[in-house]
Amino acid sequence: MPTLPPNLRQLEAEAIFILREVVAEFSNPVMLYSIGKDSSVMLHLAMKAFAPGKPPFALLHVDTTWKFREMIEFRDATAARLGLKLLVHVNEEGLARGVSPFASGSAVHTHVMKTEGLRQALDLYKFDAAFGGARRDEEKSRAKERIFSHRSAAHAWDPRNQRPELWRLFNTRLHRGESMRVFPLSNWTEKDVWDYILAENIPVPDLYFAKPRPVVERDGTLIMVDDARMPLLPDERVQLRKVRFRTLGCYPLTGAIESDAENLEEIIAEMAASTTSERQGRLIDADQSGSMEKKKREGYF
Amino acid sequence: MAHGALALVDLAPGEPTRTVFAGRPAATPVAGARSLPALRFLTCGSVDDGKSTLIGRLLHEQHLILDDQLAALEKDSARHGTDGDNMDFALLVDGLEAEREQGITIDVAYRYFATARRTFIVADTPGHEQYTRNMATGASNADCAILLVDARKGLLTQTFRHANILSLLGLRHVVLAVNKMDLVDFSQSAFEAIAGQFQAFADRLGLAHVYAVPISARAGDNVSSPSARMGWFKGASLLHHLETLDLEAGGADLPKPFRLPVQWVNRPNLDFRGFSGTLASGQVQVGDEIVVANSGQTANVSRIHTANRDLAQAQAGDAITLVLDREVDIARGDILTHATHRPQVADQFSANLIWMAQEKLLPGRSYWLKIGTRTLPASVSEIKHRLDVNSLEPLAAKALGMNEIGLCNINLSQAIAFDAFADNSQTGAFILIDRTSHATVAAGMIRHALRRATNVHRQPLSVSAATRAAQKQQKPIILWFTGLSGAGKSTVANLVEAELVALGAHTTLLDGDNVRHGLNKNLGFTDADRVENIRRVGEVAKLMLDAGLIVLCSFISPFRADREMVRALVGEGEFIEVYVQASIAACIARDPKGLYKKALSGEIKNFTGVDQPYEAPERAEIVLDADHESPQVLAQVVVQEIRKRGLIERIE
Repeated sequence: MPTLPPNLRQLEAEAIFILREVVAEFSNPVMLYSIGKDSSVMLHLAMKAFAPGKPPFALLHVDTTWKFREMIEFRDATAARLGLKLLVHVNEEGLARGVSPFASGSAVHTHVMKTEGLRQALDLYKFDAAFGGARRDEEKSRAKERIFSHRSAAHAWDPRNQRPELWRLFNTRLHRGESMRVFPLSNWTEKDVWDYILAENIPVPDLYFAKPRPVVERDGTLIMVDDARMPLLPDERVQLRKVRFRTLGCYPLTGAIESDAENLEEIIAEMAASTTSERQGRLIDADQSGSMEKKKREGYF
Repeated sequence: MAHGALALVDLAPGEPTRTVFAGRPAATPVAGARSLPALRFLTCGSVDDGKSTLIGRLLHEQHLILDDQLAALEKDSARHGTDGDNMDFALLVDGLEAEREQGITIDVAYRYFATARRTFIVADTPGHEQYTRNMATGASNADCAILLVDARKGLLTQTFRHANILSLLGLRHVVLAVNKMDLVDFSQSAFEAIAGQFQAFADRLGLAHVYAVPISARAGDNVSSPSARMGWFKGASLLHHLETLDLEAGGADLPKPFRLPVQWVNRPNLDFRGFSGTLASGQVQVGDEIVVANSGQTANVSRIHTANRDLAQAQAGDAITLVLDREVDIARGDILTHATHRPQVADQFSANLIWMAQEKLLPGRSYWLKIGTRTLPASVSEIKHRLDVNSLEPLAAKALGMNEIGLCNINLSQAIAFDAFADNSQTGAFILIDRTSHATVAAGMIRHALRRATNVHRQPLSVSAATRAAQKQQKPIILWFTGLSGAGKSTVANLVEAELVALGAHTTLLDGDNVRHGLNKNLGFTDADRVENIRRVGEVAKLMLDAGLIVLCSFISPFRADREMVRALVGEGEFIEVYVQASIAACIARDPKGLYKKALSGEIKNFTGVDQPYEAPERAEIVLDADHESPQVLAQVVVQEIRKRGLIERIE
């Protein structure tokens, strides 16, 4: 096993410290597992932090029912491979109302199936801390967020009144019903994540690697036709193009990029030459500039 | 200057566009760019001195602002921008809506970038005095600080305050960036006057490495390349200085002794018992003898476990799990060290505090103190002085307000292991947490243990509290009656005591009014005096508890934190909070002592329920409904509860 470069060693040790701190100070933590590369890294770090034992918490996936099929397969295989408990929560009430990205639009779909679904799951299991794989370099309001991010009993984030986070002395005190979102990868960049995946040989979904996939071009974005639920507009036709995904989410809301990067080294090289940011392919962020902050105030991760 | 290896500064993207990786020629990662640990720096200084603009400029000049981000910035500049038709780089970092609307930075933002030489983690911190705590937060995790000064305004109170905080937090590398040089015609004398004045102040603070550089963040002079308009300046540009900054310079980092604050005890099965934590300093090897600092117990290291492989030796910063060769009682919060270089162990110390809450620091009030991986109750026994941030003069102070800095004596509920902050920031830094609001209210830096703590040892007693209680055939407890004036606390407490005595129990009753005639007659009704009143009563109640008595206490005790302080003084289950709940309307109507009448007319001040708040208990063991039940019924409720808990069953 080659040793990690110093900046990754530093980031790894910091994340392990955070993971252990949560397990030591909270009574009922859970790890939000969203199947993507960041979740894969976070999970790998959790396996390290508690070795030779297993992480003393379950994985929670809030399933919108619109994830790529490959993601769901990867999720189940990962939990089985590592021997971890996986909780899957679907907002059944939203499903019953017929909420979907096509019928309801991205904003309503995301709010109901992701944000509300997450709140339901946290309330149902009474988790007092939830790990998330978010990084501060992803988006501007995330750049302002604490590593230990306090949420009210209504799961709301109050960006104007965050606890100062001095040294590594995380204030973990909560009142009844309140909870903490904890981000062990806060200080990682997209490049750090890929470098670490390469160095540690961490499995990630195949969707990150370029190969011919069926896509339609819609409003300038390439959307993969992952199942028969995708309604095609009259002038749209499905074409096979060599694409990959830079982030993974609900397939109708995740833009593919044309690429030849078929392995980790090529992904890293391609990213270095990129002139756009990672969340560029995320349609749900594009509503307006402050939209991530708005979603987070409402309880989005 | 080569293009940056890569950075992902981000804006929520504009309209989604189809992306093809056409590639851009220059931005290839340079080998070795990430062979150093990241340099963590913060930008600070007074409001409007250009902190966010500087970061935006740095990122822009490194070609680190990506196409979709630039598009969003153009859109934002038109809407919120303060720089005419030019792009307002501050909008790149001021990510909160409120910040963009007000054009100020409220909270710390973290940014990440890399050049060919080094990777950087930047904390952009606010300049407003109101948000000083956020600046201190950024500074606590930084290796280096860029302190900005507006060349037109020179050194301001905030400059001094921030320099002070940097010094207190032990930052050894400071860059004084004299900004807006374009607005003073790039005047050498203006720069030198400011730099000279600052150096004199820095010398008094003991800031070891100060580098002054004249810049224009808006126009880009001396930011990432030397300025043609300031040929008289021979030093390196700001970025060049940061890229080449040697953190070890000056030899201040002598090898530090081994410290492992135990974070978590790892017991996955009967065959493995390990102590997980991150080395705060020093190094440890397999075979080393280690000592538990608090208890003095020793053992040898048999394994240094990490997930990848066992190590022969671990260094500061490594997250490891130690396995020892014998069973030793070790828990989270303990510090493992070598026998030859032990930390101090004491229950009192002197520390610098930066107060961060709206509510003032009150001596005597109980707070949670978190140091390393340990959290325990603590109070400030004395404020030695408050610091004038401009003159550095110590001033007398009874309390510390928001953003004030003071030297204080801290009292802990038990002895802990620590180092002076100057020797070891990780084992000498702590925070205080309000026990009611759970807000982080102070950052603390330990100076030294107090001698009276190290030399005054508890006298061991041959008759124990348990023996005294056994003789009386009861379990001693404190019954703490709290509630508004006139709620009926004393009436109910009296009835309860009479009933207990009739049952054969041994009791005593401490009543608020009575205590104020004797023990506490030198105290008034200000917040600070009320805290001290309850502290003394709590200590007396504890002595009575040790004597084996059932202690009834009847005090308004309006502050939750103070009642929690008494609870923390005694053992689990020994403090029973009885909330005598009555509406303010009922108390005013009852007004047995005519006090509400006086308070409502303004004749007496600081009266609970009128012009001072009452914080109702959140987890009282017994709640009595005084609006609807008679004192006799309520007293029976309390007695029943005492019976139910088996406190007097041996008498009965």
